[in-house]
Amino acid sequence: MIDVIAGALMISGALLATIAAIGIVRFPDVLSRMHAATKPQTVGLLLILAGLALRLRDLSDITILGLIALFQLMTAPVSAHMVGRAAFRTGFARRDDLTVCEFDADGRWDTEDDGAPDAPTR
Amino acid sequence: MIVVGTICAVLLSITGALCVVRIVRGPTMLDRTVATDVFVAASAGAIGIEAAIGRHNSTLSILVVLALLGFLGSVSIAKFAAPDTDRRAHDDEEGES
Repeated sequence: MIDVIAGALMISGALLATIAAIGIVRFPDVLSRMHAATKPQTVGLLLILAGLALRLRDLSDITILGLIALFQLMTAPVSAHMVGRAAFRTGFARRDDLTVCEFDADGRWDTEDDGAPDAPTR
Repeated sequence: MIVVGTICAVLLSITGALCVVRIVRGPTMLDRTVATDVFVAASAGAIGIEAAIGRHNSTLSILVVLALLGFLGSVSIAKFAAPDTDRRAHDDEEGES
């Protein structure tokens, strides 16, 4: 029974990775591709690690698996943030698709009164 | 477990192939970075599924290495992303923005 649950978890993780890869191929620009890409890095890998933990059932192995999950949860948002910021600053992101854009053309906070949201006062 | 392994192998192979398609076609360097991240995550998932089917723990250290290596690669590429030539190609492709 536990093996059935482990298999279901692993299949769902692999399915999530496949769906994300389809999104990476079909989405139009960098930011929307990142939206698809950050799902298997966290949830997909966590599902597969949960399946692996149910399959191994050993305390030291599960400790290492928790360490892997912790590393992945710490590093995936940071790298996604860096890539998104680089995409925005180098002009690879398509600004006409954005609903809210709080930066001007130079990548700074848009402080002019043109209907756009103002910079945070700090 | 053999059935589970076969299904997961097919799904992760499709994932890897689609990521390679995006790495080859991707118009900018950051698209390739994002696709490489997903490829690394799929590789880590494949190694984990192989360990679950064989029920051995000898490849768990490789998972730790992969979890940190993808982070270092994408952060360093994003740090040194150059706006010059790729931006002109992007503007020609997308029209004036």
